[in-house]
Amino acid sequence: MKRPLFLICFVGVLSALAAARPVAAQSVPEIAYDSAPNLLKMPEDIYLGEVLGVSTNSKGHIFVYTRTGSVNVTTGTNRVFVRSGSRLFEFDQNGKYLHEIGQNLYAFVQAHAVRVDPQDNIWVVDEGSSMIVKFDPEGHVLMTMGRKPEAVDNPARQEAAPAAGSGAGVPGDNFNGPSDVAWDAAGDIFVADGSRNSRIAKFDKNGTFIKSWGTRGPAPGQFNVPHSIVVDAKDNIYVADRGNKRIQVFDTDGNPKTQYTNVGSPWALCITSGAHQYLYSSDSNSGEFDNATIYKMELDGTVLGKFGAGGKQLKEFGTVHEMDCRRENEVYVGEILNWRVQKLTLHPAAGKPDATRSARK
Amino acid sequence: MKLRVLSGSLLFLFVAAVFALAQQNVPAPAKAFATAPDIAYDSVPNFLKLPTGTYLGEGIGVARNSKGQVFVYTRGGDTSHLYEFDPNGSFVREIGKGLYGFQMAHAVRVDPQDNIWVVDEGTDMVVKFTPDGRVAMLLGRRPEFNGGVRATPPPNTPPPAAQPYRFGRPTDVAWDAAGNIFISDGYTNSRVVKYDKYGKYINSIGTKGTGPGEFNTPHSIQTDANGNVYVADRGNRRIQVLSNDLAVKTIYDNVGAPWALCITPGPHQYLYSSNSNPDNNNSRLNAVSGEIYKMELDGTVVGKFGKAGKQLKEFTTVHAMDCRNDNDLLTAEITGWRVQKLALHPQVQTSSKVQTSSR
Repeated sequence: MKRPLFLICFVGVLSALAAARPVAAQSVPEIAYDSAPNLLKMPEDIYLGEVLGVSTNSKGHIFVYTRTGSVNVTTGTNRVFVRSGSRLFEFDQNGKYLHEIGQNLYAFVQAHAVRVDPQDNIWVVDEGSSMIVKFDPEGHVLMTMGRKPEAVDNPARQEAAPAAGSGAGVPGDNFNGPSDVAWDAAGDIFVADGSRNSRIAKFDKNGTFIKSWGTRGPAPGQFNVPHSIVVDAKDNIYVADRGNKRIQVFDTDGNPKTQYTNVGSPWALCITSGAHQYLYSSDSNSGEFDNATIYKMELDGTVLGKFGAGGKQLKEFGTVHEMDCRRENEVYVGEILNWRVQKLTLHPAAGKPDATRSARK
Repeated sequence: MKLRVLSGSLLFLFVAAVFALAQQNVPAPAKAFATAPDIAYDSVPNFLKLPTGTYLGEGIGVARNSKGQVFVYTRGGDTSHLYEFDPNGSFVREIGKGLYGFQMAHAVRVDPQDNIWVVDEGTDMVVKFTPDGRVAMLLGRRPEFNGGVRATPPPNTPPPAAQPYRFGRPTDVAWDAAGNIFISDGYTNSRVVKYDKYGKYINSIGTKGTGPGEFNTPHSIQTDANGNVYVADRGNRRIQVLSNDLAVKTIYDNVGAPWALCITPGPHQYLYSSNSNPDNNNSRLNAVSGEIYKMELDGTVVGKFGKAGKQLKEFTTVHAMDCRNDNDLLTAEITGWRVQKLALHPQVQTSSKVQTSSR
């Protein structure tokens, strides 16, 4: 009886929000850009598969987390054990292959993201094992978070799609299809969790659980696949709430501050370093030639420009799944459909928004 | 309308309260927790040195032989692996690479003749290796892949009757002075089985339950010098002490959920039992578990040490312990993917007790 009333209020709030922030229109200027051909040089016997994660460290080295080979299942009496299926590679700043990290790692099942923290530690988020693994810059395991389920029953229990209001999970440390990881200035860890849970989980720098927030749903503070997460220099937390087609901004305690609904479905977020930070958000295509657009934004949500198109050629995108933008005009994109990483050089000087921006300064 | 809103709010509060209570299904700390004195200890950083490109995975089993060589049985990305390290933790070799009996590691133990025994709960097998790593004897048989993987029985289906020479996800192995073999079996079966040293079935005890001689996940097993058998009855949060013929002698229920047991050699034997923090990393459970108890064989708690956490000296679900040397323990941890070498300092026990009470 109460629900319709609640829904009406809720829809009202949503439409008010939508009215306040118009959907990005054609007026958004295009940013010119180039892509470096054949960026990553692979050894002859190694192939990238779907590139789910790409990230650079302070030296410009490129880390790629990819779904390769196949996820193997081995059998017990009435259980199957899920193993392997993803690999992590390091390249130098020119794309020269350096080495593999985490060969045959217990947690590498279904790649989802790789991020490099300010100390150059490498963090891998695996959706299949529901684990996060922190490596030191040399590739030794420093910390693990979550635990891979030991085995799957045969037949596997059918998991229902997450219901509205569900997904906060136990107030504990275990993930269910985590998607991304970020840190604030204090080193506290924020995990977007994920495709089956619908929450953000916060841990201290030692991996001790602090709190989590969010359930499945469209209200502020709720999520429908929190798919990517970044933190700015002032500790604002940006969550790509992909299914709800919005970016939600929180403080470090999980209080909603604002949301941006003008950049389509945010699949991947990255935030630039430096004094003036920018936010890039990719409205990725899931079909080969669908529209694919990456937006460049001020942290307050103002859209400065956009670029990109779906497709298979250089400069085109096949489902951008992660971006790195340590430097403002140098954006790395990892693509699912095209099994590659592109290094994009943006030329915003030619476009309007930067002129306006410099004028404003 | 106001009434509706009010009743709606009440309903919401009720649901929230039920939800909150359901989430508070947290056991009390172990009975001995409050009174057991703290034992001071250190942990050696980065004890195990692995070759580049080799990663430990979940630390499931750890045991030393008479020369101090360290054997670690782990869950890796493809299957289980058995690694040997020297006493300083330097990598020596892998044993049983690709072995048919390796699938889902559960325990490694070294017998008095330095044979290495591995218990695998994925293949339902116990494999005895000679000290140089050759297969010497097998117990159990890996289920055949015959027409696919067997279906999981519906919930509450009673497990099939235990068979003498087949295991149901076995967990651990121990021996008495005569070489008789004792196996805790396991997750699907709920029993302890005794074989002679040639692997011939003698007898067994236990079905699933809470009474004396019944088990709910017998998870770890040890014997003392007199041939008594100590079984970590984890799900029942107690240690059951059996005679050599598998009759229940006594029960210790004061040290939480025993995940891992080890008994020291030497004239005065001690029993260590780990009330490990559960492996799902639930921080509320971490708050009431994670410590290891040192006990006399009669169950008297001598002291305790450790707590749940990811840092050095903290524990991320201890799954096995080696205590061949009295105050020099090895712990294998599931979620921390590591083995810690702990130096206990029980001589400063009294002063640490004073410090504890003044906190």
